[in-house]
Order: sequence, then structure tokens, then C-alpha cells
Amino acid sequence: MSALSIKNIWKEYGDQIVLENVSIEIESRAFVALVGPSGCGKSTFLRMLLGQETQTKGEILLDGEPLPKEPGPDRGVVFQRYSVFPHLTVLGNVMFGKELKASRFAARLFGAAKREVEDEARAMIAAVGLAGSEEKYPAQLSGGMQQRLALAQALIMRPKVLLLDEPFGALDPGIRAEIHTLMKTLWHEAPMTVVMVTHDMREAFTLGTRVVAFDRPRDRPEEKLRYGATITKDITIWPPRQAGVPSIFRPDRDGPVSSQGQ
Amino acid sequence: MRWINQHPGNGLRLALALMPFALVLIAYTIGSVERLAENPNDKLLPGLSALADAVNRMAFMPEARTGNYLLWTDTAASLQRLAGGLGLATALALLFGLIIGVLPFARALFSPFVAAISMVPPLALLPILFIVMGLGEGSKIALIVIGVAPIIIRDLALTAISLPRELIVKAETLSASSWQIALRVVLPQILPRLITTLRLQLGPAWLFLIAAEAISSDSGLGYRIFLVRRYLSMDVIFPYVIWITVLAVATDILLDRLRITFFPWSELEKGK
Repeated sequence: MSALSIKNIWKEYGDQIVLENVSIEIESRAFVALVGPSGCGKSTFLRMLLGQETQTKGEILLDGEPLPKEPGPDRGVVFQRYSVFPHLTVLGNVMFGKELKASRFAARLFGAAKREVEDEARAMIAAVGLAGSEEKYPAQLSGGMQQRLALAQALIMRPKVLLLDEPFGALDPGIRAEIHTLMKTLWHEAPMTVVMVTHDMREAFTLGTRVVAFDRPRDRPEEKLRYGATITKDITIWPPRQAGVPSIFRPDRDGPVSSQGQ
Repeated sequence: MRWINQHPGNGLRLALALMPFALVLIAYTIGSVERLAENPNDKLLPGLSALADAVNRMAFMPEARTGNYLLWTDTAASLQRLAGGLGLATALALLFGLIIGVLPFARALFSPFVAAISMVPPLALLPILFIVMGLGEGSKIALIVIGVAPIIIRDLALTAISLPRELIVKAETLSASSWQIALRVVLPQILPRLITTLRLQLGPAWLFLIAAEAISSDSGLGYRIFLVRRYLSMDVIFPYVIWITVLAVATDILLDRLRITFFPWSELEKGK
């Protein structure tokens, strides 16, 4: 289970109100796409879910528990840039989280424990289509491959919630379509809730179960400071998308539900 | 084609690189020949044969009094001091640079202090070091450490702070503790920069070494240069200066090779 419950949160920087009175219930296994104009606070909202920033007022609950005030392993993240560690190989990047978790002091594994994590990491690397690149450094990968790596690195930790901050915004359209198919498969297979910020409406409607729009209801220049953005539209995709279930009307619409085929 | 788009080939590049060196050598030879023609006992610009004699005397013939090969004993003495000073400075810089870069509390505590210390002119402290620590090796090594460490600390701390915040947050979502982030995210990413900073600090380190040796020592490259200055022995001073330069350049190249060997990713990231 991984339901998010956001209750009346406000975010202010000094006098500037960025978000006002945002409330939304995100059911477990949903794929929520956040859209809205630049500077409307959707990335700020995502960073609050991540724990990188704290809300000024209101509360965020994950499965009924208040979110910790700092990022943790229950919430994975993929940013548009700088999501992978440049000093680790592909394999090192994917193994990294497991190593950190298992070896609190040395943060490295050896022997049998290492081989076990390595096997799991190789399977994850293959699942995101990076097999054969295990020994490469991120600088040797294309942008699309780096984002696949970032997904593998986050998903091996089995987070309850996966947060995506414009993860595919810098990719060209062909690569983006490929990674959308991968993203759907991963969402179908991994028991997680996804919240994604995007600028691309097509992407939002292709991937999401729900598309949530942020906007400023009052946007006159003299109102900008004291009125923030809030949720203005909350659209559930029809016919509904469900994690792990092919669409009843067009079974191929959401891509392969499992990596083993339909 | 525009000048900015024209690149020399390999052979031409080598020739161009050697040209300034050759020009300096030619200018020296002309000056030396002219002065010697006027006065065969001139000591300011000794001829190439006199330089070769001096090198032979210093490097390959034992000194009559001690039986030492002076160039090599001087080199060993100087390099030991340099290695001691730079080694200690590196260890200090890594420790403080890392904790200042990672922990906001350590940053608040140490950062202004280190910034202030780095502004103290090290040579002004040399008399204090001699008075407090005596004239032995300790004060010379201490001068190098005081001169070099604060700058490396600041540089490493700045490098650590300017790592993308996303990487730190990502590590947190992978369950990393503060210790693990310092050890496996920040430390490996500032090590290549440490080597580069060390290369840039080689010049100052040699400066402090020679200053300390000039004032108080009984061996070392700087000591020798300032000793033979009394006899106007340019035939010894010139080869010693060239030798110091060669040592510094070789260390510089070696350090960069070390970086590329141990941190191949830092070379890949360069183009980005």
C-alpha cells in the first residue's frame, strides 16, 4: 500500500505565496501526472512529497503516517538531470542503494553478499534495456540511457512512491516514446505509486491514471505575490488505467502489462 | 579558413612547443658568447661548457669534504621536505574540506576561520615558526603546510558544496546516512579535484620550501642556490633552477596521470 494524502498544504517563501490550500488524495498504485505553466509550483509540490522542502502549513500523509522531514528510501526520485552518480559505473549506480542499506559503515559489500546484489542489479539493468553497458560510466551514455539508469537505480530500492521531476523532458521524441513504454511496464510491475511533473500534455495523458493541473486562479500583477497556485483540474483518464491490468477496451493501449507479454 | 579553425598537425605542434625553449637557449648562448669575448672571466652568463662542468661537478663527483654527491643529497633533502609538507597539507585539507563541504554545522564553525587563515601571508609567519619550532625540519614542513593547506581546504569545500543538490537528495532516497554520503558520494567526487588543486599548489609549495631553506638549512636545493650566490656561481645556480623546474613539471604531469588512471570518469566528465 502506498496512498498519499495531502491536506491543505501551503508553501510560502517569505511574503511570496507559492502554493495555497492544496489538497489531494492519491490512491495506492495511481500514476499522477502534474501539469501546469512554468513557475506554478508543481516542482515545489513534488519536492515537498520528496521531503527536500517542508510545507509552511498543512500535512502530507503516506499510508496515514506523516512524511519524514527529509528524503528517505520509501520515496524514489528521478530528476531531469544529475540523477545518477558520475563516479560510479552503470552496475555501481544500480548496486549503490543496496550497498548503502546493507553495509551501514563501509557502504560496500564483499564476497557472497556482493554477488547476490550484483545479480539483482544486473537483472534490473536488463529490465530497463541497458544490458551490455554495465561497466560504462554515465558520461558514456546518451541522455535516454542515463534516465533508464536513474529509473533502475531508484526502482531496485522498491520505493512505495516514485517521484519524477520532468524526467524525460530533455529527450528527443523517438527516445521519449521508447522510455514511455518502459515506464508503463515498470509501473505495471512494481508495487508503487507514481507522481510525475511534466510539461508535455501528451506524455501526461499517455502515462497517467490521473492528470492534475496546477494554476494560479488569481494572476493579475498586483495579486501575484499574495495568491499562490492551487489544483485547478483533476482529470481521471477514461477508460481507466489500472496498474497491472490491461485496458478492457484496447488491451494494447497501455503497452505490455508485464515484461513477459500480456 | 578563419584562424580560429586552423589547427597545427602533430609535428608542427611539437616544433611550436619547442620553439620558445630553443629561442631562450639561443638568446642565452649569444649573450654568454658576447660577454665572454669581452671578459673571459665573466661570471654572470657562463658558457655552456662551464655549465656542463658545474653539473658534472655537482651531480657526478663526490664533494671533497663530505664525499656526498651534492645535487642528489640536495634533491633528496628538498623532496623529503616537500613530500612531508604536501602530504600533511593534503591529509588536513581532505578532512576539513570534506566536513566543511558536507556538514552545515562544521561549515559554520570552520569556514570563516579557514578563510581568515588563508589570508595570512605564510612568509610573515616564518620567523615565528623558526622561534617556536627551532631551525630543524619541522619549521620548514610547517611553512609549506600553513602556506598550502588553507587554500586546498577552501577549494575542496567549495567543490563539495557545488556538487549538484540532486545527487545528495538521490543518495538520501537510496537510504544513505550522512557518513555514507560523505564517504561514497562526496569524497570520491572531490578526489580528482584534490589532485588538480595539488598540481596548482606545487608552485607555492616550492616557493615556501626554498624560502625556508634559504634562511636556515645545511642541505637542500634552495640552500645550495643561496649558498653559492655568495661566490656569484651562476654556473651552479642556473642548472639548479632548471633542475627544480624539471622536478616540478614532472610532478605536475605525474599527478595528472594519476588522476586519469584512478578516476577515469573525471576525464569523461570534462567534455560536459
